[in-house]
Amino acid sequence: MAKETHKQEFEIMRHDLVPLHEVISEEEKKQLFEDLNITPDQLPKIMDTDPVSISIGAKPGQIVKIVRKSHTANEAVAYRLVVESND
Amino acid sequence: MAKKTTAKLKAKKDIKKLKKPVKAEAKKIKIKKQVSKKPEKKEKNKTQKKTPKEKKKKEELKKPEVKKTNKKEKTSKPKKEEKPIKEERLKVKEKKEKIVVKTIIVPPRKIPEESAEYKKLRTEIYKILKERFLPISLIDEIINKIANNKDLMPKLKEIIDRVSIEYHKNLVDPAEACGIVSAQSIGEPGTQMTMRTFHYAGVAEINVTLGLPRLIEIVDARSIPSTPMMNIYLRDEYRLNSDLAKEVANQIEITKLNTIADIETDLTNLVIIVKPNVKTLKNKNIIIDEIANNVKKIRGIDAKIEKDTIKVTLDEPSYKKLLDVNETLKDLKVKGIDGIKRIIIRKEPNEGYVIYSEGSNLEKVLEIEGVDPYRTTTNDIQAVGRVLGIEAARNMIIQEADNTLSEQGLNVDLRHIMLVADVMTTDGSIRAIGRHGVSKEKESVLSRAAFEITVSHLLQAARRGETDQLGGVAENIIVGQPVNLGTGAVELVMRSSKKRGIN
Repeated sequence: MAKETHKQEFEIMRHDLVPLHEVISEEEKKQLFEDLNITPDQLPKIMDTDPVSISIGAKPGQIVKIVRKSHTANEAVAYRLVVESND
Repeated sequence: MAKKTTAKLKAKKDIKKLKKPVKAEAKKIKIKKQVSKKPEKKEKNKTQKKTPKEKKKKEELKKPEVKKTNKKEKTSKPKKEEKPIKEERLKVKEKKEKIVVKTIIVPPRKIPEESAEYKKLRTEIYKILKERFLPISLIDEIINKIANNKDLMPKLKEIIDRVSIEYHKNLVDPAEACGIVSAQSIGEPGTQMTMRTFHYAGVAEINVTLGLPRLIEIVDARSIPSTPMMNIYLRDEYRLNSDLAKEVANQIEITKLNTIADIETDLTNLVIIVKPNVKTLKNKNIIIDEIANNVKKIRGIDAKIEKDTIKVTLDEPSYKKLLDVNETLKDLKVKGIDGIKRIIIRKEPNEGYVIYSEGSNLEKVLEIEGVDPYRTTTNDIQAVGRVLGIEAARNMIIQEADNTLSEQGLNVDLRHIMLVADVMTTDGSIRAIGRHGVSKEKESVLSRAAFEITVSHLLQAARRGETDQLGGVAENIIVGQPVNLGTGAVELVMRSSKKRGIN
Protein backbone atom coordinates (compact mmCIF):
# COMPACT_ATOMS: atom_id res chain seq x y z
CA MET A 1 0.00 0.00 0.00
CA ALA A 2 1.66 3.18 -1.11
CA LYS A 3 0.87 6.29 0.79
CA GLU A 4 1.68 9.76 -0.38
CA THR A 5 3.32 12.32 1.78
CA HIS A 6 3.70 15.81 0.50
CA LYS A 7 6.41 18.31 1.10
CA GLN A 8 6.23 21.90 0.10
CA GLU A 9 8.92 24.39 -0.68
CA PHE A 10 8.71 28.13 -0.51
CA GLU A 11 10.85 31.21 -0.82
CA ILE A 12 11.69 32.52 2.60
CA MET A 13 12.11 35.96 1.09
CA ARG A 14 8.36 36.19 0.64
CA HIS A 15 7.47 35.48 4.23
CA ASP A 16 5.55 38.25 5.94
CA LEU A 17 8.28 38.67 8.52
CA VAL A 18 11.13 38.91 6.06
CA PRO A 19 11.69 42.37 4.56
CA LEU A 20 13.25 42.96 1.16
CA HIS A 21 16.99 42.24 1.10
CA GLU A 22 19.30 43.29 -1.69
CA VAL A 23 23.04 43.11 -2.19
CA ILE A 24 24.19 46.58 -3.25
CA SER A 25 26.82 47.28 -5.86
CA GLU A 26 30.32 48.61 -5.23
CA GLU A 27 29.44 52.13 -6.36
CA GLU A 28 26.40 52.23 -4.14
CA LYS A 29 28.57 51.01 -1.32
CA LYS A 30 31.05 53.83 -1.80
CA GLN A 31 28.27 56.39 -2.00
CA LEU A 32 26.67 55.00 1.14
CA PHE A 33 29.78 55.28 3.27
CA GLU A 34 30.40 58.77 1.94
CA ASP A 35 26.85 59.86 2.75
CA LEU A 36 26.75 58.37 6.22
CA ASN A 37 30.41 59.16 7.00
CA ILE A 38 31.06 55.79 8.58
CA THR A 39 33.26 52.75 8.12
CA PRO A 40 31.77 49.37 7.17
CA ASP A 41 32.24 47.84 10.62
CA GLN A 42 29.99 50.46 12.14
CA LEU A 43 27.02 48.98 10.33
CA PRO A 44 24.85 46.29 11.87
CA LYS A 45 25.86 42.82 10.73
CA ILE A 46 24.22 39.88 9.09
CA MET A 47 25.79 36.43 9.11
CA ASP A 48 26.69 34.77 5.84
CA THR A 49 24.98 31.66 7.19
CA ASP A 50 21.75 33.55 7.71
CA PRO A 51 19.01 31.89 5.64
CA VAL A 52 18.37 35.16 3.86
CA SER A 53 22.06 35.65 3.01
CA ILE A 54 22.17 32.18 1.53
CA SER A 55 18.99 32.83 -0.37
CA ILE A 56 20.24 36.03 -2.01
CA GLY A 57 23.81 34.80 -2.28
CA ALA A 58 25.44 37.48 -0.16
CA LYS A 59 29.13 36.99 0.54
CA PRO A 60 31.17 38.34 3.49
CA GLY A 61 32.21 41.92 2.88
CA GLN A 62 29.17 42.82 0.85
CA ILE A 63 26.49 45.19 2.06
CA VAL A 64 22.86 44.16 2.14
CA LYS A 65 20.23 46.81 1.73
CA ILE A 66 17.09 46.09 3.68
CA VAL A 67 13.81 47.83 3.03
CA ARG A 68 11.90 47.26 6.21
CA LYS A 69 8.21 47.61 6.60
CA SER A 70 8.04 49.90 9.55
CA HIS A 71 4.97 50.72 11.60
CA THR A 72 6.09 54.30 12.03
CA ALA A 73 7.58 55.14 8.64
CA ASN A 74 5.87 52.54 6.43
CA GLU A 75 9.15 51.86 4.71
CA ALA A 76 12.57 52.30 6.23
CA VAL A 77 15.90 51.54 4.65
CA ALA A 78 18.61 49.88 6.65
CA TYR A 79 21.96 48.35 5.76
CA ARG A 80 23.77 45.36 7.12
CA LEU A 81 27.33 44.22 6.56
CA VAL A 82 27.66 40.55 5.69
CA VAL A 83 30.11 38.89 8.06
CA GLU A 84 31.44 35.39 8.37
CA SER A 85 29.76 33.52 11.14
CA ASN A 86 32.13 32.33 13.80
CA ASP A 87 30.70 28.88 14.21
CA MET B 1 0.83 15.61 -19.77
CA ALA B 2 4.07 16.53 -21.43
CA LYS B 3 6.06 14.53 -18.96
CA LYS B 4 3.99 11.45 -19.49
CA THR B 5 4.35 11.56 -23.24
CA THR B 6 8.09 11.99 -22.98
CA ALA B 7 8.32 9.11 -20.63
CA LYS B 8 6.37 7.00 -23.08
CA LEU B 9 8.53 8.13 -25.95
CA LYS B 10 11.64 7.27 -24.05
CA ALA B 11 10.34 3.91 -23.13
CA LYS B 12 9.46 3.21 -26.73
CA LYS B 13 12.88 4.31 -27.80
CA ASP B 14 14.54 2.02 -25.36
CA ILE B 15 12.49 -0.92 -26.46
CA LYS B 16 13.27 -0.24 -30.06
CA LYS B 17 16.92 0.10 -29.31
CA LEU B 18 16.91 -3.22 -27.63
CA LYS B 19 14.77 -5.12 -30.07
CA LYS B 20 15.81 -3.82 -33.42
CA PRO B 21 19.29 -2.51 -33.65
CA VAL B 22 18.75 -2.20 -37.37
CA LYS B 23 20.05 0.79 -39.27
CA ALA B 24 16.70 1.55 -40.78
CA GLU B 25 15.29 2.15 -37.33
CA ALA B 26 17.96 4.65 -36.56
CA LYS B 27 16.34 7.16 -38.83
CA LYS B 28 13.05 6.95 -37.02
CA ILE B 29 14.74 7.40 -33.73
CA LYS B 30 16.49 10.44 -35.05
CA ILE B 31 13.21 11.97 -36.05
CA LYS B 32 11.74 11.19 -32.73
CA LYS B 33 14.68 12.73 -31.01
CA GLN B 34 14.05 15.94 -32.80
CA VAL B 35 10.44 15.88 -31.84
CA SER B 36 11.16 15.18 -28.23
CA LYS B 37 13.94 17.69 -27.89
CA LYS B 38 12.00 20.10 -25.79
CA PRO B 39 10.46 17.67 -23.41
CA GLU B 40 13.82 16.07 -22.93
CA LYS B 41 15.00 19.22 -21.28
CA LYS B 42 12.28 18.78 -18.76
CA GLU B 43 13.50 15.31 -18.15
CA LYS B 44 16.84 16.75 -17.25
CA ASN B 45 15.24 19.09 -14.79
CA LYS B 46 13.47 16.17 -13.28
CA THR B 47 16.63 14.32 -12.57
CA GLN B 48 18.11 17.40 -11.06
CA LYS B 49 15.23 17.74 -8.73
CA LYS B 50 15.73 14.37 -7.20
CA THR B 51 17.69 16.04 -4.48
CA PRO B 52 15.24 18.72 -3.48
CA LYS B 53 17.48 20.33 -0.94
CA GLU B 54 20.31 20.77 -3.36
CA LYS B 55 17.97 22.09 -5.92
CA LYS B 56 16.52 24.53 -3.48
CA LYS B 57 19.93 25.87 -2.68
CA LYS B 58 20.78 26.16 -6.31
CA GLU B 59 17.60 28.01 -7.01
CA GLU B 60 18.10 30.30 -4.13
CA LEU B 61 21.55 31.08 -5.31
CA LYS B 62 20.38 31.59 -8.80
CA LYS B 63 17.51 33.84 -7.90
CA PRO B 64 19.38 37.08 -7.34
CA GLU B 65 21.40 36.55 -10.47
CA VAL B 66 18.27 36.09 -12.43
CA LYS B 67 16.91 39.31 -11.10
CA LYS B 68 19.93 41.28 -12.09
CA THR B 69 20.86 39.66 -15.35
CA ASN B 70 17.40 39.22 -16.64
CA LYS B 71 18.42 40.15 -20.12
CA LYS B 72 21.24 37.71 -20.33
CA GLU B 73 19.58 34.61 -19.12
CA LYS B 74 16.42 33.65 -20.79
CA THR B 75 16.91 29.95 -20.98
CA SER B 76 14.52 27.31 -19.88
CA LYS B 77 15.05 27.74 -16.14
CA PRO B 78 14.06 31.33 -15.54
CA LYS B 79 11.04 30.78 -17.71
CA LYS B 80 9.83 28.23 -15.31
CA GLU B 81 10.33 30.53 -12.41
CA GLU B 82 8.38 33.26 -14.03
CA LYS B 83 5.15 31.44 -13.48
CA PRO B 84 5.63 29.12 -10.56
CA ILE B 85 3.70 26.07 -11.54
CA LYS B 86 1.41 25.22 -8.73
CA GLU B 87 1.50 21.51 -9.00
CA GLU B 88 5.22 21.10 -9.63
CA ARG B 89 5.32 17.61 -8.37
CA LEU B 90 7.90 14.95 -8.65
CA LYS B 91 8.15 11.50 -7.36
CA VAL B 92 11.06 10.25 -5.39
CA LYS B 93 10.39 6.75 -4.36
CA GLU B 94 11.78 5.69 -1.07
CA LYS B 95 12.60 2.06 -1.34
CA LYS B 96 11.69 0.74 2.04
CA GLU B 97 8.57 2.49 3.09
CA LYS B 98 6.87 2.92 -0.21
CA ILE B 99 6.18 6.53 0.63
CA VAL B 100 6.06 8.91 -2.26
CA VAL B 101 7.44 12.33 -1.46
CA LYS B 102 6.06 15.08 -3.59
CA THR B 103 7.49 18.53 -3.61
CA ILE B 104 5.23 21.45 -4.19
CA ILE B 105 6.50 24.92 -4.76
CA VAL B 106 4.11 27.30 -3.14
CA PRO B 107 3.42 30.32 -5.31
CA PRO B 108 4.02 33.60 -3.50
CA ARG B 109 1.08 35.75 -2.68
CA LYS B 110 0.31 38.76 -4.80
CA ILE B 111 0.35 42.24 -3.42
CA PRO B 112 -2.28 44.56 -4.85
CA GLU B 113 -1.00 47.63 -6.64
CA GLU B 114 -2.23 51.09 -5.84
CA SER B 115 -4.42 53.03 -8.17
CA ALA B 116 -3.17 55.32 -10.96
CA GLU B 117 -4.42 58.42 -9.18
CA TYR B 118 -2.34 57.68 -6.11
CA LYS B 119 0.69 56.94 -8.22
CA LYS B 120 0.40 60.24 -10.01
CA LEU B 121 0.13 62.11 -6.72
CA ARG B 122 3.13 60.28 -5.39
CA THR B 123 5.37 61.24 -8.28
CA GLU B 124 4.21 64.82 -7.95
CA ILE B 125 5.06 64.92 -4.27
CA TYR B 126 8.50 63.53 -4.96
CA LYS B 127 8.99 66.24 -7.55
CA ILE B 128 8.22 68.90 -4.97
CA LEU B 129 10.34 67.24 -2.31
CA LYS B 130 13.38 66.97 -4.57
CA GLU B 131 16.28 66.12 -2.28
CA ARG B 132 14.42 66.44 0.97
CA PHE B 133 13.49 63.33 2.88
CA LEU B 134 10.07 62.42 4.20
CA PRO B 135 9.07 59.00 5.50
CA ILE B 136 6.69 57.17 3.22
CA SER B 137 4.03 56.95 5.91
CA LEU B 138 3.78 60.75 5.92
CA ILE B 139 3.66 60.87 2.15
CA ASP B 140 0.92 58.25 2.22
CA GLU B 141 -1.02 60.32 4.69
CA ILE B 142 -0.76 63.41 2.51
CA ILE B 143 -1.87 61.43 -0.52
CA ASN B 144 -4.85 60.05 1.37
CA LYS B 145 -5.93 63.45 2.56
CA ILE B 146 -5.62 65.01 -0.86
CA ALA B 147 -7.38 62.17 -2.65
CA ASN B 148 -10.35 62.62 -0.33
CA ASN B 149 -10.40 66.38 -0.59
CA LYS B 150 -9.51 67.70 -4.03
CA ASP B 151 -9.60 71.36 -2.86
CA LEU B 152 -6.27 70.86 -1.18
CA MET B 153 -4.55 70.16 -4.46
CA PRO B 154 -3.35 73.72 -5.19
CA LYS B 155 -1.90 73.96 -1.69
CA LEU B 156 0.14 70.82 -2.15
CA LYS B 157 3.50 72.57 -2.13
CA GLU B 158 2.74 74.47 1.05
CA ILE B 159 1.45 71.36 2.77
CA ILE B 160 4.58 69.45 1.94
CA ASP B 161 6.83 72.28 3.10
CA ARG B 162 5.05 72.52 6.42
CA VAL B 163 5.02 68.77 6.95
CA SER B 164 8.69 68.64 6.13
CA ILE B 165 9.59 71.38 8.59
CA GLU B 166 7.52 69.78 11.31
CA TYR B 167 9.05 66.39 10.64
CA HIS B 168 12.60 67.65 10.91
CA LYS B 169 11.78 69.53 14.10
CA ASN B 170 10.71 66.27 15.70
CA LEU B 171 13.70 64.18 14.79
CA VAL B 172 15.92 62.93 17.57
CA ASP B 173 18.82 65.33 18.11
CA PRO B 174 22.33 64.09 17.48
CA ALA B 175 24.00 62.64 20.58
CA GLU B 176 20.74 62.30 22.44
CA ALA B 177 20.73 59.44 24.93
CA CYS B 178 17.98 57.54 23.18
CA GLY B 179 18.87 54.27 24.88
CA ILE B 180 18.19 55.63 28.33
CA VAL B 181 14.94 57.19 27.16
CA SER B 182 13.97 53.84 25.71
CA ALA B 183 14.86 51.93 28.84
CA GLN B 184 12.79 54.26 30.99
CA SER B 185 9.88 54.27 28.58
CA ILE B 186 9.62 50.52 28.70
CA GLY B 187 10.63 50.17 32.33
CA GLU B 188 8.20 52.63 33.86
CA PRO B 189 4.99 51.06 32.51
CA GLY B 190 6.61 47.70 33.15
CA THR B 191 6.36 48.32 36.88
CA GLN B 192 2.60 48.37 36.57
CA MET B 193 2.54 45.00 34.94
CA THR B 194 3.36 42.92 37.97
CA MET B 195 -0.10 42.46 39.45
CA ARG B 196 -2.07 40.20 37.18
CA THR B 197 0.85 39.04 35.28
CA PHE B 198 1.72 35.66 36.68
CA HIS B 199 -1.56 34.26 35.49
CA TYR B 200 -1.90 32.70 32.15
CA ALA B 201 -4.28 33.92 29.53
CA GLY B 202 -5.27 31.82 26.60
CA VAL B 203 -6.06 32.04 22.96
CA ALA B 204 -8.71 29.35 22.72
CA GLU B 205 -7.67 27.12 25.59
CA ILE B 206 -3.97 27.34 24.78
CA ASN B 207 -2.05 28.87 27.62
CA VAL B 208 0.41 31.56 26.78
CA THR B 209 2.74 33.32 29.15
CA LEU B 210 1.94 36.98 29.23
CA GLY B 211 3.00 40.12 30.93
CA LEU B 212 6.28 40.55 32.71
CA PRO B 213 7.49 36.95 32.47
CA ARG B 214 6.97 37.02 28.73
CA LEU B 215 8.66 40.39 28.35
CA ILE B 216 11.68 39.11 30.28
CA GLU B 217 11.68 36.05 28.06
CA ILE B 218 11.79 38.14 24.91
CA VAL B 219 14.53 40.41 26.17
CA ASP B 220 16.55 37.46 27.47
CA ALA B 221 16.42 35.81 24.03
CA ARG B 222 15.62 32.42 25.53
CA SER B 223 16.20 29.53 23.20
CA ILE B 224 12.84 27.99 24.00
CA PRO B 225 9.96 30.07 25.33
CA SER B 226 8.15 28.64 28.34
CA THR B 227 4.94 28.33 26.36
CA PRO B 228 5.81 27.89 22.69
CA MET B 229 2.90 28.47 20.38
CA MET B 230 2.26 28.71 16.68
CA ASN B 231 -0.32 30.40 14.54
CA ILE B 232 -0.60 28.21 11.51
CA TYR B 233 -2.40 29.77 8.59
CA LEU B 234 -3.61 27.69 5.69
CA ARG B 235 -3.47 28.15 1.96
CA ASP B 236 -6.53 29.14 -0.01
CA GLU B 237 -8.01 25.73 -0.76
CA TYR B 238 -7.44 24.52 2.75
CA ARG B 239 -8.55 27.40 4.88
CA LEU B 240 -12.15 27.36 3.69
CA ASN B 241 -12.71 23.62 3.84
CA SER B 242 -13.02 22.16 7.32
CA ASP B 243 -12.13 18.62 6.22
CA LEU B 244 -8.94 19.70 4.53
CA ALA B 245 -8.05 21.88 7.51
CA LYS B 246 -8.53 18.88 9.78
CA GLU B 247 -6.31 16.80 7.56
CA VAL B 248 -3.51 19.33 7.81
CA ALA B 249 -4.01 19.48 11.57
CA ASN B 250 -3.74 15.69 11.77
CA GLN B 251 -0.43 15.82 10.01
CA ILE B 252 0.89 18.42 12.40
CA GLU B 253 -0.37 17.23 15.76
CA ILE B 254 1.79 14.58 17.35
CA THR B 255 0.03 11.25 17.74
CA LYS B 256 1.45 8.81 20.23
CA LEU B 257 0.76 5.12 20.06
CA ASN B 258 -1.10 4.85 23.36
CA THR B 259 -3.71 7.36 22.23
CA ILE B 260 -4.73 5.32 19.21
CA ALA B 261 -4.09 1.77 20.34
CA ASP B 262 -4.35 -0.57 23.29
CA ILE B 263 -1.03 -2.07 24.27
CA GLU B 264 -1.26 -5.40 26.01
CA THR B 265 1.65 -7.24 27.51
CA ASP B 266 1.48 -11.00 27.48
CA LEU B 267 3.90 -12.02 30.19
CA THR B 268 3.62 -15.77 29.70
CA ASN B 269 4.61 -15.70 26.03
CA LEU B 270 6.76 -12.59 26.33
CA VAL B 271 4.78 -10.87 23.62
CA ILE B 272 3.29 -7.41 23.33
CA ILE B 273 0.13 -7.05 21.33
CA VAL B 274 -0.76 -3.63 19.92
CA LYS B 275 -4.43 -3.28 19.08
CA PRO B 276 -5.11 -0.06 17.21
CA ASN B 277 -8.57 1.40 17.45
CA VAL B 278 -9.97 1.18 13.93
CA LYS B 279 -12.22 4.20 14.31
CA THR B 280 -9.53 6.57 15.48
CA LEU B 281 -7.22 5.27 12.78
CA LYS B 282 -9.78 6.25 10.20
CA ASN B 283 -10.30 9.61 11.84
CA LYS B 284 -6.62 10.36 11.87
CA ASN B 285 -6.01 8.88 8.43
CA ILE B 286 -3.37 6.40 9.52
CA ILE B 287 -2.85 2.96 8.07
CA ILE B 288 -1.62 0.05 10.14
CA ASP B 289 1.52 -0.35 8.01
CA GLU B 290 2.65 3.05 9.17
CA ILE B 291 2.42 2.03 12.79
CA ALA B 292 4.22 -1.22 12.10
CA ASN B 293 7.01 0.64 10.33
CA ASN B 294 7.44 2.94 13.28
CA VAL B 295 7.38 0.05 15.73
CA LYS B 296 10.05 -1.82 13.79
CA LYS B 297 12.45 1.07 14.29
CA ILE B 298 12.79 0.18 17.98
CA ARG B 299 15.98 -1.80 18.49
CA GLY B 300 16.02 -5.45 19.47
CA ILE B 301 12.45 -6.31 18.58
CA ASP B 302 10.47 -7.73 15.73
CA ALA B 303 6.94 -6.74 14.74
CA LYS B 304 4.43 -8.59 12.63
CA ILE B 305 1.04 -7.50 11.39
CA GLU B 306 -1.71 -9.95 12.13
CA LYS B 307 -5.04 -8.75 10.80
CA ASP B 308 -5.75 -5.59 12.77
CA THR B 309 -3.14 -6.07 15.44
CA ILE B 310 0.60 -5.83 15.62
CA LYS B 311 2.47 -8.55 17.43
CA VAL B 312 5.77 -7.47 18.93
CA THR B 313 8.27 -10.16 19.85
CA LEU B 314 11.70 -9.78 21.39
CA ASP B 315 14.91 -10.95 19.76
CA GLU B 316 16.13 -12.25 23.09
CA PRO B 317 13.58 -13.27 25.68
CA SER B 318 13.96 -11.00 28.66
CA TYR B 319 11.35 -9.98 31.17
CA LYS B 320 12.93 -6.60 31.89
CA LYS B 321 13.35 -5.78 28.23
CA LEU B 322 9.68 -6.51 27.65
CA LEU B 323 8.64 -3.92 30.18
CA ASP B 324 11.11 -1.43 28.71
CA VAL B 325 9.71 -1.96 25.24
CA ASN B 326 6.23 -1.56 26.61
CA GLU B 327 7.16 1.86 27.94
CA THR B 328 8.79 2.99 24.70
CA LEU B 329 5.80 1.77 22.73
CA LYS B 330 3.48 3.92 24.79
CA ASP B 331 5.51 6.98 23.91
CA LEU B 332 6.08 6.05 20.29
CA LYS B 333 5.37 8.75 17.75
CA VAL B 334 3.12 7.48 15.00
CA LYS B 335 2.37 10.63 13.14
CA GLY B 336 2.86 14.34 13.44
CA ILE B 337 5.65 16.73 14.17
CA ASP B 338 7.94 16.60 17.17
CA GLY B 339 7.25 19.32 19.67
CA ILE B 340 3.66 20.05 18.69
CA LYS B 341 1.61 18.84 21.59
CA ARG B 342 -1.88 20.02 21.02
CA ILE B 343 -3.82 21.62 18.25
CA ILE B 344 -6.91 23.76 18.09
CA ILE B 345 -8.70 24.65 14.89
CA ARG B 346 -10.72 27.79 14.96
CA LYS B 347 -12.77 29.59 12.39
CA GLU B 348 -11.77 33.21 12.15
CA PRO B 349 -13.82 35.87 10.42
CA ASN B 350 -12.43 36.90 7.01
CA GLU B 351 -9.88 34.10 7.17
CA GLY B 352 -11.51 30.69 7.49
CA TYR B 353 -9.86 27.98 9.51
CA VAL B 354 -6.71 28.77 11.42
CA ILE B 355 -4.72 26.23 13.39
CA TYR B 356 -3.29 27.18 16.78
CA SER B 357 -0.78 24.84 18.24
CA GLU B 358 0.73 24.31 21.64
CA GLY B 359 4.40 23.68 21.09
CA SER B 360 6.33 24.89 18.13
CA ASN B 361 8.47 23.53 15.32
CA LEU B 362 8.65 26.09 12.56
CA GLU B 363 11.00 24.22 10.24
CA LYS B 364 8.80 21.16 9.97
CA VAL B 365 5.41 22.84 9.98
CA LEU B 366 6.28 25.01 7.00
CA GLU B 367 6.92 21.87 4.97
CA ILE B 368 3.46 20.44 5.50
CA GLU B 369 1.28 20.66 2.46
CA GLY B 370 -1.56 23.10 2.91
CA VAL B 371 0.18 25.35 5.41
CA ASP B 372 0.63 28.87 4.15
CA PRO B 373 4.40 29.25 4.59
CA TYR B 374 4.28 33.00 4.04
CA ARG B 375 2.12 33.83 7.03
CA THR B 376 2.66 31.10 9.59
CA THR B 377 4.50 32.33 12.65
CA THR B 378 5.68 31.11 16.03
CA ASN B 379 6.44 32.90 19.27
CA ASP B 380 9.81 31.15 19.41
CA ILE B 381 12.07 34.02 18.37
CA GLN B 382 15.22 31.92 18.08
CA ALA B 383 13.43 29.57 15.69
CA VAL B 384 12.32 32.50 13.57
CA GLY B 385 15.92 33.68 13.46
CA ARG B 386 17.07 30.24 12.42
CA VAL B 387 14.53 29.68 9.69
CA LEU B 388 13.77 33.15 8.37
CA GLY B 389 16.84 35.18 9.22
CA ILE B 390 17.89 37.94 11.52
CA GLU B 391 15.58 40.59 10.10
CA ALA B 392 12.56 38.37 10.61
CA ALA B 393 13.69 37.82 14.18
CA ARG B 394 13.90 41.56 14.66
CA ASN B 395 10.37 41.93 13.39
CA MET B 396 9.22 39.16 15.67
CA ILE B 397 10.83 40.75 18.74
CA ILE B 398 9.06 44.01 17.97
CA GLN B 399 5.76 42.30 17.37
CA GLU B 400 5.90 40.11 20.46
CA ALA B 401 7.09 42.83 22.81
CA ASP B 402 4.48 45.24 21.53
CA ASN B 403 1.74 42.64 21.88
CA THR B 404 2.65 41.76 25.45
CA LEU B 405 2.77 45.40 26.44
CA SER B 406 -0.41 46.45 24.71
CA GLU B 407 -2.26 43.42 26.02
CA GLN B 408 -1.79 44.88 29.49
CA GLY B 409 -3.11 48.21 28.31
CA LEU B 410 0.28 49.86 28.29
CA ASN B 411 1.12 52.18 25.48
CA VAL B 412 4.84 52.18 24.84
CA ASP B 413 5.91 53.94 21.70
CA LEU B 414 6.95 51.41 19.11
CA ARG B 415 10.20 53.24 18.45
CA HIS B 416 11.51 52.33 21.89
CA ILE B 417 10.80 48.67 21.28
CA MET B 418 12.37 48.93 17.85
CA LEU B 419 15.54 50.26 19.43
CA VAL B 420 15.64 47.30 21.80
CA ALA B 421 15.15 44.91 18.90
CA ASP B 422 17.87 46.67 16.93
CA VAL B 423 20.35 46.38 19.77
CA MET B 424 19.52 42.71 20.19
CA THR B 425 20.13 41.91 16.54
CA THR B 426 23.03 44.21 15.56
CA ASP B 427 25.72 41.56 15.35
CA GLY B 428 23.71 39.17 13.22
CA SER B 429 22.64 36.85 15.99
CA ILE B 430 20.01 37.31 18.64
CA ARG B 431 21.66 38.47 21.82
CA ALA B 432 20.06 38.86 25.19
CA ILE B 433 20.02 42.20 26.91
CA GLY B 434 21.94 41.76 30.11
CA ARG B 435 24.92 40.00 31.53
CA HIS B 436 24.99 37.14 29.04
CA GLY B 437 24.48 39.17 25.91
CA VAL B 438 24.88 42.82 25.17
CA SER B 439 26.52 43.94 28.40
CA LYS B 440 29.10 41.19 28.21
CA GLU B 441 30.39 42.44 24.92
CA LYS B 442 30.78 46.07 25.85
CA GLU B 443 34.14 47.41 24.95
CA SER B 444 34.78 49.38 28.09
CA VAL B 445 36.05 47.58 31.18
CA LEU B 446 34.71 50.13 33.63
CA SER B 447 31.29 50.02 32.06
CA ARG B 448 31.19 46.23 32.30
CA ALA B 449 32.43 46.37 35.86
CA ALA B 450 29.79 48.93 36.75
CA PHE B 451 27.06 46.60 35.59
CA GLU B 452 27.56 43.29 37.37
CA ILE B 453 30.25 41.05 38.83
CA THR B 454 32.61 43.99 39.31
CA VAL B 455 35.65 42.29 40.74
CA SER B 456 35.84 39.51 38.20
CA HIS B 457 35.69 41.94 35.31
CA LEU B 458 38.39 44.19 36.71
CA LEU B 459 40.58 41.20 37.46
CA GLN B 460 40.19 39.79 33.98
CA ALA B 461 40.91 43.17 32.43
CA ALA B 462 44.03 43.60 34.52
CA ARG B 463 45.24 40.19 33.47
CA ARG B 464 44.70 40.94 29.83
CA GLY B 465 46.04 44.46 30.10
CA GLU B 466 42.99 46.15 28.62
CA THR B 467 42.71 49.88 28.08
CA ASP B 468 39.55 51.89 28.50
CA GLN B 469 38.88 54.55 25.91
CA LEU B 470 36.41 56.33 28.21
CA GLY B 471 33.89 56.64 25.43
CA GLY B 472 30.70 55.70 27.24
CA VAL B 473 28.58 57.10 30.01
CA ALA B 474 29.43 54.90 32.99
CA GLU B 475 33.19 55.19 32.52
CA ASN B 476 33.12 58.94 32.41
CA ILE B 477 30.98 59.19 35.50
CA ILE B 478 33.38 56.92 37.35
CA VAL B 479 36.39 59.05 36.49
CA GLY B 480 34.47 62.31 36.94
CA GLN B 481 34.45 63.72 33.44
CA PRO B 482 31.71 65.27 31.34
CA VAL B 483 29.73 62.49 29.70
CA ASN B 484 29.94 62.06 25.97
CA LEU B 485 26.27 62.75 25.44
CA GLY B 486 24.03 65.54 24.30
CA THR B 487 25.86 68.84 24.77
CA GLY B 488 28.77 66.94 26.29
CA ALA B 489 29.40 65.24 22.98
CA VAL B 490 30.19 68.43 21.11
CA GLU B 491 33.60 69.94 21.21
CA LEU B 492 33.20 72.61 18.60
CA VAL B 493 30.01 74.57 18.32
CA MET B 494 29.17 76.38 15.12
CA ARG B 495 27.16 79.53 15.13
CA SER B 496 23.80 78.98 13.56
CA SER B 497 23.29 82.54 12.38
CA LYS B 498 22.71 81.25 8.89
CA LYS B 499 19.18 80.19 8.32
CA ARG B 500 19.08 76.52 9.04
CA GLY B 501 18.27 74.63 5.88
CA ILE B 502 15.97 71.72 5.98
CA ASN B 503 17.80 68.47 5.90
